[in-house]
Amino acid sequence: MELILFGIIKEWVTETDIDLQENNIQTVKDLKLYLLNKYPQLNSLSSYMIAVNQTYAEDNMVLSTDAEVAILPPVSGG
Amino acid sequence: MKQLIDIQVKTTHLQIDECYDFVTDPSCGGLALFVGTVRNKNKGESITKLTFEAYTAMALKEMKKIAETCINEKGANKISLHHRIGDVLISEKAVIIAVSSTHRAAAFEACQYAIDTLKETVPIWKKEFLVDGSYWVNATP
Repeated sequence: MELILFGIIKEWVTETDIDLQENNIQTVKDLKLYLLNKYPQLNSLSSYMIAVNQTYAEDNMVLSTDAEVAILPPVSGG
Repeated sequence: MKQLIDIQVKTTHLQIDECYDFVTDPSCGGLALFVGTVRNKNKGESITKLTFEAYTAMALKEMKKIAETCINEKGANKISLHHRIGDVLISEKAVIIAVSSTHRAAAFEACQYAIDTLKETVPIWKKEFLVDGSYWVNATP
C-alpha cells in the first residue's frame, strides 16, 4: 500500500510503500501502531490523522492495498 | 445552474478582485471579505517567509465541504475560498475568503465559520522560516 506523507512527518517517515499483509496491518489503528512503533518521533506531535481516499479515517476503517492513504500532521493553513 | 462556490488552491498570487467578483450578485445586500496575510513576527521571532504545503486533492474537498455548509446552513448566497501554496513572503496574501448574502449578518457569520473551520480541517501545512532556522507550525505542543 502506498503512503503519502506531508509536513514534518515527511522528515521522519522514510517509507512510502508498506506491505499490509507482511506487517499484519488490517485497520487504520493497526497502521498507526505500526508507524508509532517504527517512528517514535510521531509521539511528539500534537496529534495526527490518517486519510483514506482523501477523507479523514476512523481507527476501525479496514485498509485495502489499492487505497490512497495519507498521514496528516496537525494542519496549519490559513 | 449558476455556480455558487469557487474553490482554488494555487501557487500564484491571490487576487482579491477575483474572489469579490465571483461572489457579487444582484440578490446580495452584503459581502464579507477575509484576507489572511503573512506577518513578519511570530512569538517575538522575525519571520523571513512561509512555505505552505497542501494535500491538494483533499484540501479542495474539505474546502468544498466548508463552502457547502456556508450556503446550506449559514445563509451565504455565494462563496469564494482561495488558498495559496508554495513560498509566500511577508505581507502577501495566504488566504482569501469572500462571502455574499442577502443581509450582512449571514455574510459575517459564514466568513468567520469558513476561516475558523479551514484552519481546523483543511490539510494544508505552514512552515515558518526564521533568520536562523525553520519549523512546521502547530506540529508539536
